Amino acid sequence: MATFVFLYFAAIILVTASLVVVLRNPIYSALSLLVMFFHVAGLYVTLHAEFLAAIQIIVYAGAILVLYLFVVMLLNVKRDERYSQQGPVALFLGAVLLTEAILLAVSHGLTVAAPSPVAAGERMAGNTESIGEVLYSTYLFPFELASLILLVAMIGAVILSKKGIMESKPRSREGTTHQSPGGVI
Amino acid sequence: MNVPVEYYMVLSGLVFLIGLVGVLVRTNLIIILLSIELMLNATNINFVAFSAHFGNLAGQVFVFFALTVAAAEVAVGLAIIIALYRHHASINVDDFRLLKW
Repeated sequence: MATFVFLYFAAIILVTASLVVVLRNPIYSALSLLVMFFHVAGLYVTLHAEFLAAIQIIVYAGAILVLYLFVVMLLNVKRDERYSQQGPVALFLGAVLLTEAILLAVSHGLTVAAPSPVAAGERMAGNTESIGEVLYSTYLFPFELASLILLVAMIGAVILSKKGIMESKPRSREGTTHQSPGGVI
Repeated sequence: MNVPVEYYMVLSGLVFLIGLVGVLVRTNLIIILLSIELMLNATNINFVAFSAHFGNLAGQVFVFFALTVAAAEVAVGLAIIIALYRHHASINVDDFRLLKW
């Protein structure tokens, strides 16, 4: 039963992931990515990671994908784009990687070390609670760094997409070419 | 857990491969960013599968961090796309050859 559920999720994930790459209209790509996010969340639920499933839906489907759709509709992209010309290079690299993976799988076998009995014994009871305990004790410093990353990303996005900051620079440099170079940043 | 962890490894490898092909093959910048999201999701599936397999919560915590980085990457990447579109009126990768030789 669990295998059938996994196979259903895996099939939908693979199909929608291929559609993201194959479809020509960016809006359809973003929407099929939305379907994929929901099925990845379902996969997390079958793996007893309910907190991450909720986070996946809220952050990925709710925030990131909406941002994508905003930009796609803001830019109003023409649909005449074509595939790039480096297909042979991609084919060659893909063939090399595929043979490497097959060789590794054949020689070593796709086996993973069995879980240690102690670790398998302590099943996490409340997923959110135990994640919180680990996150705020062992991984407290990376957690703070993550907030710093978000701050930097926010400032960077504002500076990059704000109109005045980007375009006042060349104009002011153009007007002040005769002045001392130290005066213009 | 009845499903062996190797199935999850194969699934995440295939999704990662699809994302890699998307980055290499497409020329639309937005689709390239979406393909990067595919690759990040493939690694997240792997993290969660191994976290459940070993009964260790560190994998799920790292998915949390990967998600933070993905959000930051999306914000900055989309801002770059908007700035590029404002200057060149295009988001086709083949149109940007300033740094090509």
